[in-house]
Amino acid sequence: MRGYLLIFLMFTTFLASANTIVVDKHGLVNTLKQGIKMAKPGDTVLLKKGLYKEGNIIINKSIHLVGIDEPILDGEYEHEILTISGKGIFISGIQFQNSGSSSMNDFASIHAVDASHFVIENNTIINSFFGIHIANAHTGIIRNNTIKGNPKNEQNTGNGIHLWQCTNMVIRDNHVEGHRDGIYFEFVTHSSIKNNFSTHNIRYGLHFMFSNNDAYIGNIFRNNGAGVAVMYSQKVIMVKNHFDQNWGSNAYGILLKDISDGQVIGNIFHQNTVGIFLDGTNRMEVHKNTFTANGWSMKVQANCDENTFHHNNFMNNTFDIATNGTRMQNEFYNNYWDKYEGYDMDKDGIGDVAYHPVSLYSMIIEQNPNSLMLMRSFMVTLLDKAEKAIPSLIPENFADQSPRMKALKL
Amino acid sequence: MLKISKYVLYDIARNKVAIAYTLFLLVISLSFFQMEANSGKAVLSLLNVVLIVVPLISLVFSTIHWYNSYEFIELMLTQPISRKKVLLSEFSGIASSLVTAFLIGVGLPVLIYNPDNIGLALIIVGTLLTLSFTSIAFLASVKSKDKSRGIGIALLLWFYFALIYDGLVLMILFSFSDYPMEKITLLLSSLNPIDLGRIYLMLQMDISALMGYTGATYKEFFGSNVGLFYTIGIMFIWIIVPIMLAVRSFNKKDL
Repeated sequence: MRGYLLIFLMFTTFLASANTIVVDKHGLVNTLKQGIKMAKPGDTVLLKKGLYKEGNIIINKSIHLVGIDEPILDGEYEHEILTISGKGIFISGIQFQNSGSSSMNDFASIHAVDASHFVIENNTIINSFFGIHIANAHTGIIRNNTIKGNPKNEQNTGNGIHLWQCTNMVIRDNHVEGHRDGIYFEFVTHSSIKNNFSTHNIRYGLHFMFSNNDAYIGNIFRNNGAGVAVMYSQKVIMVKNHFDQNWGSNAYGILLKDISDGQVIGNIFHQNTVGIFLDGTNRMEVHKNTFTANGWSMKVQANCDENTFHHNNFMNNTFDIATNGTRMQNEFYNNYWDKYEGYDMDKDGIGDVAYHPVSLYSMIIEQNPNSLMLMRSFMVTLLDKAEKAIPSLIPENFADQSPRMKALKL
Repeated sequence: MLKISKYVLYDIARNKVAIAYTLFLLVISLSFFQMEANSGKAVLSLLNVVLIVVPLISLVFSTIHWYNSYEFIELMLTQPISRKKVLLSEFSGIASSLVTAFLIGVGLPVLIYNPDNIGLALIIVGTLLTLSFTSIAFLASVKSKDKSRGIGIALLLWFYFALIYDGLVLMILFSFSDYPMEKITLLLSSLNPIDLGRIYLMLQMDISALMGYTGATYKEFFGSNVGLFYTIGIMFIWIIVPIMLAVRSFNKKDL
């Protein structure tokens, strides 16, 4: 009991020693730079409502910067707005706008370099080159921020939330719109991305490079230029995300390139040109996902090994699966395919004949894209039926040996 | 003109084939919707009916009806009515009965079970295909003198539009696969009303897959309403041009 009391007393004295500095356009301290200069580690700087154009603001001690009624920091299209480095920095409730853009420097609205134990929350960032740029940092939280860009092309915009060389980061409840990549991870480990909404980004909604042991859960990726890309990473877990309306010639719900040992569970893929594109992907487990109204549910390239696909629902897709070769070393079982035409004599809910998800016509399209114009014609139906009766072109072992008769309730 | 159409309609109602056709379509559509748990899949099965059965029946029925009512047509021509008027009223009589049959047999179930834009597109395509194949059938029957030949030609035309044409297109696409074939493919599909109808439906159903294409022409065609207007426009040409040619040929014909 005494010990607790001591800790409590220490804590309160610590609180008492922290000062609050108010920055107000019409007050004693009327620039943010001055306010930050006066603050000692542990202090809180309150930024009152107003428009502040102060160039590049640097925080390198552990202070809290809190905006009251959304004050605006403007970069005048020239500067990086806020640069933070150090431990225990807290940024909240500020609107950042018009950061500089450059092809030499990665200008951002909030740039954290060599930082740790920091929180960036409830900010609005508009018209930025990079929104939030974190480099060489660990143990930070980025939440509830709204980031909106106004991009012209891929070259003159940066990423919404950009992380490079980080560990133990949490990115949650952010809204990212109109940047190059919504959220970008490079060399980021042991981090999670939760409940974010990423939409209308020019390239990817979420982009992973060389980032291992991460999870992304419950995010919505809608109408991004090319969906989500996860590349050259290991042990990435993707759970309960929505991938919607990623349309285009190279657009995928998820692009998995050189990925291994990850899991894709309980996601919903709706109206994407390709739900999942697997290229050089090994030992992935894909289950309990729902694929509806996609052009192709999955494209599994022949260089993928030992992946398992089970207990997924495939419904109303133009093509279930396409591949580019005859080699197939992945396993499919217990999926529901709405195109399955088999029967179930023993009434165990599992069809008695195998289902071949790759149709002849999807192989033809791989070879000759223009033949897309013949989709759903009587001719194509005949070809597919003939191939089903006497298989010769589609990979023989590309089959679900135990397809379900009824859709799974997911 | 309306009066003659009315007699044509009476005649069709009396000979029961149109009623059988209506019932056939109705039974098929209802059973598809009852059988499939997912109404989207039922529409897909109906798509095949619309693209295959509707053109066939329209062609054969119109041709047979034309030859069967040949005496009536000759009788009408003894009256002071122009040949054009007789032919067009005959056409509008048959076409309206076939369209009505289609709308009751397929349109009604689709509107009940699947009243979305895909269902609507299916109804539009079915109606336009009925009209254009009736029009083609008139051209074929006016051009050929005796009944067996006329029916033979109608069947051949159906076989050509429904099956052979797509095979030819596939062959062309593969033999010229080294060349840029984008615009050619779009052009080729305009030369067959069934293909046009299919593309119109694809624009509703498979837009996700269609957007996967690299070519700029395709993007423009599929991405906006251009594709829809184009297919509908060409479909109308496929309705108007054959019947106009039939009228011209009928005017000169030695009866």
